[in-house]
Amino acid sequence: MTTAATAPAQQLPSPWRDPVALLAVPAVIYFAIVYAYPLVWLLLKSFSSPTGFTVQPYIGFMSDPFNWRVIGNTLRVAAWVTLFCLVVGYPAAFALARAGAFVQIVMLVSIILPLSIGAVVKAFAWQIVLRRDGVVSQFMVGLGLWDEPQRLLFTETGLVLGAANIFLPFMILPIYSVVKLIDPRLSEAGATLGATPLYRFTHITLPLTLPGVVSGIAFVFSMSVSMFVIPSLLVGDRFQTLSTLTGRSFLLMRNEQLGSTTAVVLLVLAVSIVVASTWVGRRLGGRT
Amino acid sequence: MTALERLTRYVVWTVAAATVVFLMTPLVVTLAVSFGSSTVFTLPPPDWSLRWYARLADTRGLLPALTVSLQVAAISTAISMALGTLCAIALVRGRFPGREAISTFLVSPLMLPGLVIGIAMLQGFKSMGLRDVYVSLLIAHVVITLPYIVRTVVGALGLFDFSLIDAARTLGCSYPTALVRVLVPALAPAFLTSGMFAFLASMDNYPISIFFTDAWTKTLPIQMLQYVEERPDPTIAAISAGLVLLAIVALIIGDRLVGLRKLADF
Repeated sequence: MTTAATAPAQQLPSPWRDPVALLAVPAVIYFAIVYAYPLVWLLLKSFSSPTGFTVQPYIGFMSDPFNWRVIGNTLRVAAWVTLFCLVVGYPAAFALARAGAFVQIVMLVSIILPLSIGAVVKAFAWQIVLRRDGVVSQFMVGLGLWDEPQRLLFTETGLVLGAANIFLPFMILPIYSVVKLIDPRLSEAGATLGATPLYRFTHITLPLTLPGVVSGIAFVFSMSVSMFVIPSLLVGDRFQTLSTLTGRSFLLMRNEQLGSTTAVVLLVLAVSIVVASTWVGRRLGGRT
Repeated sequence: MTALERLTRYVVWTVAAATVVFLMTPLVVTLAVSFGSSTVFTLPPPDWSLRWYARLADTRGLLPALTVSLQVAAISTAISMALGTLCAIALVRGRFPGREAISTFLVSPLMLPGLVIGIAMLQGFKSMGLRDVYVSLLIAHVVITLPYIVRTVVGALGLFDFSLIDAARTLGCSYPTALVRVLVPALAPAFLTSGMFAFLASMDNYPISIFFTDAWTKTLPIQMLQYVEERPDPTIAAISAGLVLLAIVALIIGDRLVGLRKLADF
C-alpha cells in the first residue's frame, strides 16, 4: 500500500485504532451473522446428536457404496469439464490476446455476454441442443462422425458438454489476463538464441501462463463440483452428484440428516479446492 | 515460419472460431426457438412467429415472479452497494491488520457451493427465529450481491489517487464536498458495472433462492425451472430471450462505461 506515503501530514494511528477500520464493521458484522454463523451452525449440527458429539452420520455416509459412486460421479464430471475447458480455453485465450481489434471484440462479447445470463436459461437451451434432433446431433451426423442422430440429453457426455459451455469463460479469462502481459519479445529472444518453437513454449510461454492456468482450473473445477441447476436439467435423477443429492435430500426427501452430511462433504471439498489452488498459485508466485 | 508454427497458428484460430460458435450456441438457440412457430423446439424453426411472446401475458405466475426477482435484486444490490463501498474504503485506506482476511471472507460466497450456503442459511435463520420468507430471501441476496461490489470497488479504489482529494480541499472544497465531487465521479463506472453484475447475479440465482420460497414468494429462475419441469414449451424460451436482451443491454452499458476489455479483467 502506498497510502501512508500520500498522507505524511497525518499522525499514524496505532494499527488497532485506525478509525477507517470502522467503515468495514457493518459489512463484516452482517456477513458474520447471516453467512458465517449459519455455515458454522451447519457444520456443528452435522456432528451433534441428542447425546452429544457424534461422527455416526459420516460413518454411515462413507460406508454406503452408493455415496462413493456419487462422490466419484461428482469428481469425474468435474475433471472432464475442467479438461475440456483447459484444452479449448488455453488456445482461445492466446487468440483473444493476440487478435486484432475486431476479432477481439467479437470474442470478448461471446465470452462476457453468456456470463451475465443465468444457468437456468443456458441449461434450458442445452436441453434443446442435446436432443436427438438437436444441433449437436445434426452437426455430428452432418460431419459424418455419427451414422444416425443420437440423444445426448440425460447422458454424462451431455452434462459435461453443457457444463463446459457454461464454465468456459472462467477458464479463458484468467489465462487471457496473464497472456496479455507476456512480452512477445521474450519468445523472439529465445528464437534468436536458437531455441526451437517447442522448447520456447515449454520453457518460456508455458511457465509464464501457469498462474492463469491454475486459477482457471480452480474456478472451473470448483464450480463443476458445486453445480446444481445444470445437472438437474441435463442429466436427470438417475445420475447423482453431491450437489443434486444434497438438494434432493432437502427439497424432495425432506431428509435433513443426510442433506446436512452431504452438504458438509461438499463444503469441505469446495474449500479444499480453493485452499489448494491458492497454495499452488502462491508457490508459482502469481496472483490467483 | 516453420511448419510447426503455421500448424499452431492454424489450430489456435480454428479453436478461437469454434469457441465463439460454441459459447453463442445457447443464446442463439434460445432466440431461434422463441421466435419459431414449432411447439417441439424444431431447429431451424419451420416458420417464424411471435406466438410464444403473446402467451407470456397469460402465463400464470410469471409476473409475480418477475416482480419479486426485480425487487429483491434492486433492494439487495442497493444494500450491498452501501455496505460494500464503506467496507472497500476501509480495506483500501485503512491500516489495520486482517484486511486481506476480511476481503477474502466477503468475496468467499462466490467460491462456495450456493446450495450449501442456502441450506446453512435456511437452518441458521430458523434457529434465529426468522420465518418471513421474503425478508429471508432479501437478507440472503445481500450475501449474493456483496462480493461483486467489494471485489470491483476495492480494485477501483486501489487505482484512485487520493491526493486528488487533498488537491480539492486545498482549492477550497470541504472534505465531504471533495468526496462527492472528486471521488464519486471517478468511481462511478466501478459502481455502475459492479452494481449491474450484482443485480444480474441476484436475478439469476437459483441454488440459494430455492430455500426461501413459498407459494407467494418465488423468484424468476425458480418459476422458470418449475415451468421446464411441468410443461416445457417455447414460452420459457421467450422469457429467456427477455433475459438475454437484459444481458445485452447490460453489456452495452458496461462497454460504454468501462470498455469491454476492462469487463474481462479477472
